[in-house]
This record gives sequence, C-alpha cells and structure tokens, in this order.
Amino acid sequence: MGTTESLAYFHPELVLAAAILAVIFVDLALTGRAGRQASEWPGNLALAGVGAALVLTRGLRPLDVRGAWLFNGMIVLDAFSVFFKVLLGLALLAVVWMSLSSREIRAQPNEGEYYALLLSSGLGMFLMASAGTLLMAYLSLEFVSLTSYVLTGFLRHNRRSGEAALKYLIYGGVASGAMIYGMSWVFGLTGAMDYAGIARGVAALDPASRGALFLALVLVLAGFGYKIASVPFHMWAPDVYTGAPIPVTAFLAVGSKAAGFALLLRFFHFGVGHEGPAPAVAQVPIPQLASIICVATMTLGNLAALSQTNMKRLLAYSSIAHAGYALLGFVVFADKGVEALLFYLVAYYLMNLGAFWVVMLIANATGREDLDGYRGLAWRGGAAPALALGVFLFSLAGLPPLAGFVGKFNVFAAGVQAQLYVLVVIGLLNSVISLYYYARVVKTMFLDDPTADDPALRFGANELGPVGVLSLATLVLGVNFNWLLRWVEVAGRVFTG
Amino acid sequence: MLMHGDPVLTLMIFIPLVGMAVVLALPSRAHDAIRWTSTLFSAPPLLLAVRVLHGFRPDAGFQLVHRGPWIDAFDIEYFVGVDGISITMVVLTALLCFLCMIASFGIEKGVKGYYALFLLLETGMLGVFCALDFFLFFVFWEVMLLPMYFLIGIWGGPRREYAAIKFFLYTLLGSVLMLVTILYLYFASDPHSFDMTQLSRTAHVTINVQLLLWLALFIGFAIKIPAFPFHTWLPDAHVEAPTAISVILAGVLLKMGTYGILRINYGILPAATLAPAWHGRSLAFWLLAALGTFNIVYGALAAMAQTDLKKLVAYSSISHMGYVMLGMAAFTPQGINGAVLQMFNHGTVTAMLFLLVGVIYDRAHHRDIAGFGGLASIMPVYTGVTGLAFFAAMGLPGLSAFISEALVLLGAWQNYPLLTVIGASAVVLTAGYLLWTLQRMFLGKPNEKYLTLPEINARELFTLVPLGAIVIFLGIYPTPILDLQSPALVRLNDHVTQAAARTAGTERVAVAR
Repeated sequence: MGTTESLAYFHPELVLAAAILAVIFVDLALTGRAGRQASEWPGNLALAGVGAALVLTRGLRPLDVRGAWLFNGMIVLDAFSVFFKVLLGLALLAVVWMSLSSREIRAQPNEGEYYALLLSSGLGMFLMASAGTLLMAYLSLEFVSLTSYVLTGFLRHNRRSGEAALKYLIYGGVASGAMIYGMSWVFGLTGAMDYAGIARGVAALDPASRGALFLALVLVLAGFGYKIASVPFHMWAPDVYTGAPIPVTAFLAVGSKAAGFALLLRFFHFGVGHEGPAPAVAQVPIPQLASIICVATMTLGNLAALSQTNMKRLLAYSSIAHAGYALLGFVVFADKGVEALLFYLVAYYLMNLGAFWVVMLIANATGREDLDGYRGLAWRGGAAPALALGVFLFSLAGLPPLAGFVGKFNVFAAGVQAQLYVLVVIGLLNSVISLYYYARVVKTMFLDDPTADDPALRFGANELGPVGVLSLATLVLGVNFNWLLRWVEVAGRVFTG
Repeated sequence: MLMHGDPVLTLMIFIPLVGMAVVLALPSRAHDAIRWTSTLFSAPPLLLAVRVLHGFRPDAGFQLVHRGPWIDAFDIEYFVGVDGISITMVVLTALLCFLCMIASFGIEKGVKGYYALFLLLETGMLGVFCALDFFLFFVFWEVMLLPMYFLIGIWGGPRREYAAIKFFLYTLLGSVLMLVTILYLYFASDPHSFDMTQLSRTAHVTINVQLLLWLALFIGFAIKIPAFPFHTWLPDAHVEAPTAISVILAGVLLKMGTYGILRINYGILPAATLAPAWHGRSLAFWLLAALGTFNIVYGALAAMAQTDLKKLVAYSSISHMGYVMLGMAAFTPQGINGAVLQMFNHGTVTAMLFLLVGVIYDRAHHRDIAGFGGLASIMPVYTGVTGLAFFAAMGLPGLSAFISEALVLLGAWQNYPLLTVIGASAVVLTAGYLLWTLQRMFLGKPNEKYLTLPEINARELFTLVPLGAIVIFLGIYPTPILDLQSPALVRLNDHVTQAAARTAGTERVAVAR
C-alpha cells in the first residue's frame, strides 16, 4: 500500500504526532508568562491527545488476517498490532495521568518538554508494535530508546536520575549496536529487509549457513532482550528504574516492555518463524536458547528481588522476573504461547502500573521510596493505598482470584500443553519464591506497627481513584477473563493465519 | 453465565462474601455492629447446611449440583455439589465458622478487618468443600490463604509474622504442585475438562505419570494435613494464631488435606492409588499408612514434651490426623468410614480444645501448663467442660472420637497389623499427656495468683456447648453420620477399584474389599 493510501490507516499515530507538536507549541507559547496555573496545559493536552489516539484505535480494522502492509511494507496493520496499540495507548494514558499528579514531575521547570518526550516515546512504541521490516524495527526501537534516555534523566538536579540515564544510554548503545550488527547479518543471509522476505530467505537457506543465522539471531535477540530486560541484558533495569522519575519507571516497566515483546514476537514469528510446516527457527536452537533465557530471567529476577529494600528496585527486579514468565509464552512458540503472552501483558499492565502508582502516591506524600517508609502504612491513614498495593502485589505473586494468577495460569497452561514441564515447574517454584518478597511488603504495610516518627497520611479521592480502578480491574480480570481470551486469540491468530 | 441446578450451595458459599462487603461498609468504630453483622452473616450458611443435611439422600451421589459455564476457552465451569464425603465437612465448616464469630467477640484490634477477612475465609473454605470443578477448587483453595495469612499475621501472638509467612509459603508450595497436576490432567483429558467427577474417566494418563501426579498432589495435601515431614508450620501457626483462627485451622483447614486426598488423589487417580502393589498393598497406601502411624506416635510424643498448652493441643492435632491417614490407607469399609468420621470428630473435639485454651489464655494471659494448678476449685464449670474435651480427645468410649478411632484401627488391622498395633498403643501416650495435663492444671493446690480468675462466661459456654453435645451424641449414637457418608464411601471404593482395574487392564491390582 502506498504512502498516501496508508495514512488512512494511521490515525492514532497521526493524532499522537499532532499532540506532540501541539504540546511543544503550547509550551513555547507559555514560556515567559507561564504561571503555575498555565503549566497545566501541556499535560492536559497530552492527555487529550493520547485519549484521542486511543479512541481512534477503535476504528482500526485489520484488512485481513495476515494484515495490511502500510507504507510500502514498512508497517503492518493487523489484529496483533491493534492489540498492542490499545495496550500501549492505555499505558501511555495512565502514565500521562500519573505524571500529572507526580510531585517529581510537577517540580520540574520544563514540564512541557517532558510530555512531548513521553508522547514521542509512545509514538515510537506504536511503531515498534507494527514494524514490518528490519529498518522500521530498528528505527522505532531507537526512537523509543533515545526518548527514554532523556526521560530517565529528566530530574536534572537529581544525581541518581542523571546516573541512571547515563547507564541506560551506555547499555542501550551496546545492545542496539549488537542488534543492528545482527540485523545486517540477517539481511546478508536472506537478502531481504521485510519480514516476509526474510522468512522466504531463511526457508531457502542452505544448512551450512545455519551457524551464521544462529549468531545473527542471537545478536538480534540481544537488542530485544535489552528492551524487555531479560537476563543477561537486564543489568540496566534496577538502576534505571530506581533513578528515573516514578511515572517514567512505570512507563519503562509496562510500555517499553510490552513494545519490546511485540517486536520480539513479530520478528521471530513473521521474520524467521512460521513459514511452511515447521518453524524455520527450528533449524537453529533459538527455542532452546530462549528457554535458558526464560529460566535465568525469572530465577535471577526473583532471587535478586528477595533482598531489595527500595520499592522501585524491588519492582524492577520483579519486572525482570515477570519478563521471564512471559518469555515462557515465547518459548512455547505456538499460537497458544503467543496468546498466553499477550494475556500476560494485559495482566502485567494492570498490576505493575498499579503498584508503581501506589509507590508514587507514597513518594508524593512522604518523599520515601524505601520499604521502611511503608511501615504500618495501613494503620496511619494509608489503608486504601495499602490495600490496593496488596492486591497488586498478590496479583504479581500469582494468587487467585487476581489477574496475575490467570496470566500465569495461561502461560503455564501453554507450557504444559507444549510439554515444557521443567520450565513450568521452575516457573511455579519461582512464584513461591516471589511470594516471599511480595508478602514482605504487605507485611510491612499491615503487620508492622508504625513508629512515632512515621507521619500520618491523608489521601484524596482523586489520588486514590485511578489506583482503585486498577485494583478493581485486577480483581475483575481474575474472575472474568473470557473476553480477553477471545481478544488475544484474535490477535494471536495473526501468526497462524 | 447460564446456571442450572439448585442454587442453595452457591448461596451458602457466597453469603459470607456479601457479609464481608457489608462489614466493610460499616464504620470502623462500630465494633458491636460489626461483630453482630458478621455473626448474622455466618448464620445463614449454617442454616442452609442444616437444610442441605436434612434433605440429603445418602445414596444419590453428588447432589444439589449447581453448574454453569464460566471460562469457555478452557471449559472451566462453575460447578458445585455435595456428596456424603463433603456434606459433613460443609456442616462442620459452617458450624465452626458461626461459633468462632462469637468466640471472636473479644478481639479489640482492627475489628472490621478481622471480621471481613474471617467472612472471606468462610467463603473460601465452603467453596473448597463444594467445588467439583478442579479450577474452581484451586481458586477457593488459594482464596483461603490470603485471609489466613493476615488473620495470623495481624491478630496473632508475638511471633505472628514468622508463623504467618511460614504457613503461607508452605501452603503455596503445595498449591503450585497441585496446579501443575491440574494443568496436566486438563490437557490429558479428552475432551479437555476440569470436571472432577469425570476426570478419572476422561484423563488418559499412563500409570507412571499417574504416580508422579499422585505424589505431587499428595505433597500438596500432606502439607495441609499436616503429615510428617511437612508439619512444621502447624505448631507455629497454631501457637501464634488468635483463638478462633486456631479453631478454624485445626477444625477445618487440616481436613482439607485429607479431603483432597480422598476426593482428588483417590477419585481422579485411582490407578496410582491402587497400584503398584507391594506386599499386597499399593505403594500409595503404604505411604499413607506409614506416615499416618508416624504422625500418631510422633504427634503424641511431641505433645507430651510441651509446656505450652496450645502447642500441646496443636501437636495432638498432628497425632489425631494420623488416624485419618491410617484409616484412608486401610481402604476397608471400616477404615475409610472411620477416617471420614474422624475428620468430623477431630474437627469438633479440637475446636473445643482450642476454644478452652483461649478461655484460660484470656484470663491468665499465658498458656504455661506448669503455671496453673488446682483450677478445678476456682473454675469448676470450665474444668468440667475441659474434662469432657480432654476425655473426648483421649478417645474415651462414649465420646465421639472413640468411635472413629476404633473404626480406623479395626479397618487398618486387616491390612497393617503391625502399624495398627503401633497406632493403637499411642492411645496410651495420648491418655498420658492429656491426663498429666489435667492433673497439673486442674488438680492439686490452687495457684495463689489465680484464685480470683472469673469462671467461664455465658458467651464462651455458648460456643462450647453445641460442640460438646455433638461429641456426646456421636459418641453414643454415630449411626446418623455413618449413614450419611457410608454410601458415598462405598461408591468411592467401587469407583477406585473399577477405574483402577480399567486403567491397569491386565495388571493385577491389589484391592482389599
């Protein structure tokens, strides 16, 4: 499909781009005579833009199951990308909302810039979810990365923030270098940039080149692994998550990770996956490698989380662990696995975003992010956020009847169906380990008595509203998930045709 | 969701949940309102349970079934029903919950949270005993965990946090093993299904895999019983938990372990239950019998060594649950009837014991056996009730536990003479530690400090008297409850032997009928 024609199927992205420009111009116009009052504008504008983009995703109808190839094959519009556009749009919406009430962000003088960057990053993620060629994959990933670096370092006068940004930049640079090197090998081996061409090239590859293909895929995997923070490319995550402003952390943990998974799934399924009876990937031991990464990711993430005392750091390690659980869906490598992974991302969206939101509320109120700051939270006015955080954490631990349990249930069910029993058992044991540190936070909030110098807290209804909605959604999704199963089935069918 | 069948069980399960919502809506300071509301909401399940009991047809299999599709994609159903095995457990749960709501009136800290969690716990427990869909069973099983964690962790004794997390982790470890099994069975069945009443017929699993699954499930349930060596969470949890929660733990939660083995290990994996044979009995039975006997003796010896009254009762629970395991392992009509009866009887007797411990602890603020003495002259009524409970726990003829233990030993004798002798002689140990405790606490010279201890009050008696009446009634006339459960157990026996024979084909299956 040509460029002009394609624009008709590109509305959400166009609206986002327009919103970015609008935020920048409004910010420029406000400079100079901007009072505190006026500075509400960029944020609200960003919120409106994201909302509009989200509404427009409703109008996207994939042209057929295999998808429509927009912009001369650069971008794919199919049920899979629509799924991610909705998910990422929701993540973006929540994070903008979060930022509006974040004390860290509000204290910055250049708030408009922040929203422009946030939306740009979101736009990049939309593109990641629908990249149809290596070039687009690389460009969109870099777009997201570059904006994320800046967002991470957004707290100018905070040393931790700057350090995190630098660390992120360096690790990101290395990973993206490795990835583009791998991509160039893939191109060299198959002579194609677009996934369909690559798939044909891989299928026709002579056995002698399998080693080269494997190496190329490993290098590509490094780039994707870095985005989803899977072991061994996870090193940046704890420091970056800790240093970045909390809404940015939430965005990296939820949005960036989801977009990374979208890229990963599409590349490995479309590019080198399902073509012909057996996945071409089976020619090289990528599933085996992915299994190892999967086990290492969940185990390392969980074990490292055990000893954390900073909430952001704890959630960082926990999100590494969750990338591991989700990867199990990738290892299964069949439609059920993809569906389970997509389902998992939705559950993960609810519970992780919710957890970060509560962390932000507490940080706003007390300025503390360490576990000690949560002592007796439930007994000093914070019963509602403590309860909500409890719901999110137990959901992360995978206890029914919460969304996280259903997410894990799906992933493990896909694993059992694919007879990956060892992986499933390791995954389940990991859930037991994870319960320990999640329960420790709950323990601190409910079981520990506050000391005299822990301040009493008060939260307004407008602060608690979003957290309440997220926790309720976590609960509802734990009991009523038929609709989502149907939706991910549609989105996952893209890969099976 | 299109449901069909009789909604009575569903009502029973979810009324406490509604109660939880109501309690949460009450103002936190309205302690009395919260207490009475909760009690009020735990009464309907009891009344419904009695109604269910009244109309129960022992020879009709699963009844009062209420089912409907829940998650289409996985063929998960909302499917509840009761048979002769679960009916007594349902009644026990509803009864103990109601009594414990009253027994909890003394709670002063976080009253609203306590009762809200307790009501949630009740929903979870009733759900476990009624669920006939494996997924639903698992959800209820886990739902129970959270309130229990908080109830021990917030309202417990000094080492409550440690006890709570230990309980939590142990049980979760058991549940994840259960989850793998559930998933495996689901995919092994054709058509894929979580229907517990059908799984043994539809799941095509080789005997070796069945054995593995059996073991995984068994570990999950053994943690709950708790069978040695998975028992270490129990003394901690019991000692730290508030009185009413100890009652629920010992009275209901432990039964879930043995109930799970009967319903799921036996019901769904019959071939693994009966084969392969060794010395005429299956490995599974040997395991159960050996662990059961060990539990009896070990629990009794450990109880004897305790100085803390509550810990003593906790270890005695481990000992008494051993009889249930031994009876189940016997798999003879007497043995298994005794086992299921013992599940009920232990529930009532141990509930009395923990309530009595709570009564004295509320007054003296310690539970050190040696710290008391001559209580008989200070609190004669309390002494009388305690005497009844102790004699019941000892297995004195004329009281309920005697019947069940005797049945177990009778049933086990045919198959495990040696283990039965060991188990039976532990009765002496039980009598020993209980009589010794009676003597130290109630007889002799009264402790000067406690001369003014108030006598047991009406509210406390109200919780104890129904249990005492049941203990005496079933001790003299156990027929009603035996009539209730026997047909179901005969059916279970037939089901297991037939299904095992089907699965094993030509393989010789060791069965003692």
